[in-house]
Amino acid sequence: MPPDGTLDLLWPYIYIAIAGWLATDMWRWLGVLLGSRISEDSVALIWVRSVATALVAAVVARLILYPAGSLEATPVMLRVVAVIVGFLAFLGARKNIFAGIVSAEVILVAGIIYLQ
Amino acid sequence: MSTPSEIKKMPWFLMGMRGIWSGPALVLMSAFVGFCGFAYEAGIPFGEALFMTGMVWALPGQFVLIGAIVAGASLPAAALAVALSSMRLMPMVASLVPEIRSKDTPTWVLLVVSHFVAVTAWVFTMERVHLVPREGRVAFFAGFGCAITSANLMIVAVLYGVISQLPAMIGGALFFLTPIYFITSIWASARGIEVYFAMIAGLLLGPLFHTADAELGILYAGVVGGTLAFLLERIVAARGKRKNAS
Repeated sequence: MPPDGTLDLLWPYIYIAIAGWLATDMWRWLGVLLGSRISEDSVALIWVRSVATALVAAVVARLILYPAGSLEATPVMLRVVAVIVGFLAFLGARKNIFAGIVSAEVILVAGIIYLQ
Repeated sequence: MSTPSEIKKMPWFLMGMRGIWSGPALVLMSAFVGFCGFAYEAGIPFGEALFMTGMVWALPGQFVLIGAIVAGASLPAAALAVALSSMRLMPMVASLVPEIRSKDTPTWVLLVVSHFVAVTAWVFTMERVHLVPREGRVAFFAGFGCAITSANLMIVAVLYGVISQLPAMIGGALFFLTPIYFITSIWASARGIEVYFAMIAGLLLGPLFHTADAELGILYAGVVGGTLAFLLERIVAARGKRKNAS
């Protein structure tokens, strides 16, 4: 525990700087050092891009299945169905992102209203 | 803006700044509206919420950090939890750097602008960087990064404490924008066939590994799913080559 006084006031910011900023930016800096050794048309870049894409997709899946805030109260099936319908609408509308988002949101909101 | 070459880069910086009116940026801003409500409910003081937005600049990490503060976690425990959630930024930065750097980009510039890399800036840049000539790409990325970070700092500064009265349905609908937006925009901007494979693998393996290990599941899903996608791409590429040869 830190001593009292000024440090008491500053402590939350030191805590955020170390546990938040350093713990996050060290990965970004490592990424720069790693990425500087990869050339643009190398096979290694295809692998790194695959891993990065799969990571983002896994984060997205977690947002759908284990959301924070008020979405937590909605059924998992509703969220999964809304995303699938949204994605199919996106593909059906020749990869129109807007069509996908609107379809998914309509299903979600309609589901929430119906279940109330 | 002192040397001629820097002046030449200025329009690309401005072009990047204009990216705050793009889809990814608007979705992120709505996600930050949700963050304001979450931080306020968790009892995080205004100054700290603003400070961590600028310093961490990765929403999942900020949620983990708030969780640690609320739980009264020790500094090393909090740092470890945040570091695990932020590890995914390393391959994202590593795949972005070869796209944006030019031969004469100093490493320190890349280290500085890497702070802006998070899912949104990654998606935005991977989508658009090919429209920008190589010598303007770092400036383009830096412009977007500065603008989107400032915009979200302003959102936290203005909406903090205001947004807690948001109706649950609107909050939920805003939160839901992020997953559907990322799935469709990454799919639409895929550079190669491996992106489709990686997307599907990550979506399926993410929940599977999450149930096995809530903290590291994302990373396992990324490395295993990404490697599977890469191997599939290699097989497809080899077949294409053989077909061309015969």
